[in-house]
Amino acid sequence: MQSYSAISLLRHALGGHRRWPPAWRSPVPKRHYDVVIVGAGGHGLATAYYLANRYGIRDVAVLEKGWLGGGNSGRNTQVCRSNYFYPESAAFYEHSLQLFESLSADLNFNIMFSPRGNLELSHGLEELEINRRWANAMTLNGIDSELLDREDIRRMVPILDLDCRFPIVGGFVQHRAGIARHDAVAWAYARAASASGVDIVQGCEVTGFESDDGRIRAVHTNQGSIGGDRFALCVAGNSSALAAQAGLQLPIESIALQAMVTEPIKPVLHTVIGSAVIHCYVSQSDRGEIVIGGGADPFHSYAQRGVLPTTRDNAAAVRELIPSFGRLRVMRQWAGVCDIAPDSSPVVGRTAIENLYVSTGWGTGGFKAIPAGGDTLAWTIAHAEPHPLLRPFSLDRFETGQLVDEGAAAGVAH
Amino acid sequence: MLLIKCPYCGVRDQTEFRCGGEASRARPDHPEHISDPDWAQYLFYRENPKGLLRERWVHRYGCGQWFIVSRDTVTHDILDSLPMGDLPPKGRDAP
Repeated sequence: MQSYSAISLLRHALGGHRRWPPAWRSPVPKRHYDVVIVGAGGHGLATAYYLANRYGIRDVAVLEKGWLGGGNSGRNTQVCRSNYFYPESAAFYEHSLQLFESLSADLNFNIMFSPRGNLELSHGLEELEINRRWANAMTLNGIDSELLDREDIRRMVPILDLDCRFPIVGGFVQHRAGIARHDAVAWAYARAASASGVDIVQGCEVTGFESDDGRIRAVHTNQGSIGGDRFALCVAGNSSALAAQAGLQLPIESIALQAMVTEPIKPVLHTVIGSAVIHCYVSQSDRGEIVIGGGADPFHSYAQRGVLPTTRDNAAAVRELIPSFGRLRVMRQWAGVCDIAPDSSPVVGRTAIENLYVSTGWGTGGFKAIPAGGDTLAWTIAHAEPHPLLRPFSLDRFETGQLVDEGAAAGVAH
Repeated sequence: MLLIKCPYCGVRDQTEFRCGGEASRARPDHPEHISDPDWAQYLFYRENPKGLLRERWVHRYGCGQWFIVSRDTVTHDILDSLPMGDLPPKGRDAP
């Protein structure tokens, strides 16, 4: 693997940048692997990387029907945070945030992680009480949080209109949260996994499963049948459809979540802002674009595009918080298909089929979970038992009733 | 933007309606007598089809009636909308 450094950059600059090798191999798939992962998004690639580099399983294929990182990995709003309410979620997402903090160095790939803080706004005294409870829960979970009053927020983000409809009375911030370049995360894992011997096969769509005696033996693809000892589905919004082909039903609903960016402007917003009441989140990318997200489309969808009323609501919400953004033109609007579990928490690990693992239920927050999702699923596959951080997120919680109801905790319909 | 036909009011803008989820779900007659897996099946598990879905909608900012829409979850094409009760709750493949 070509190491990325100032020296290699300089050397290739002298050669006119014509001799950079491809970042990953494009192999013809073998007929059999120890582990076959379906879906070369962040989660699938991270799982393959950790299998090969931490858990000693190098005979791994990652099959991708489109191009790697072309699904939700490239469609999210890049936010990394661990400001969760329940201890189970906090432990998991904190593991993820800590992996993000050293990911550029670990993978020798600049993922442009920028811990610029995540500010949650309170639009009334009642919400301030709820947010205080939330921030204090984070402190109890060992995660940084700081309560802010109105003047703190005025100083921190001067362009906010504190007297908007539902005036802002306070909030809390997680300073270690931030954003990372989403494509770079997928590319970094792909490059490092490929260098460790993982076969990433793009344009390879799984069309069916071959099972025998309660185990999956092979997947049928448009590039032939590919056998394996263990299989993992990391396909986000397509989880139900793919699992159904394997004879497995999931507690998942697919919903389109959209986002948009404006034309680029000079730096005006140096943190990520979220508002549960107005229901939007907004940040400014390194290229200067204002990145806007908000509510999901209000019905089931497998279409990677959002409906106009939701776009309008999300834009209106941000315009209410920061009126000066009302003059900006929207450059792009898009959507990804999210896999929503009933309690808005992930569903990861073993299934009723002995050698089939799933990584789903990431809902509207899968990007921030990529490092920990990959690490813990790889551990689970390697040890054939749930990683301690994943135990609360197993499929059987829907029968035992031990839900991790983060949707209710955050007060946001996500 | 969807244009949805309310069986009572005619074709209206999507924003007048709310989606109520899959129409194929039927509450068990005696939940106290069924197993935890069966109860979980009713509460949490979904068909979530990629393609034709029969779902419940309510004309919230209109006549307030619930009805059933057949919609394609990929193309968003709406095939028909029928009053509640015209379809058996079970079976997406029913006529």
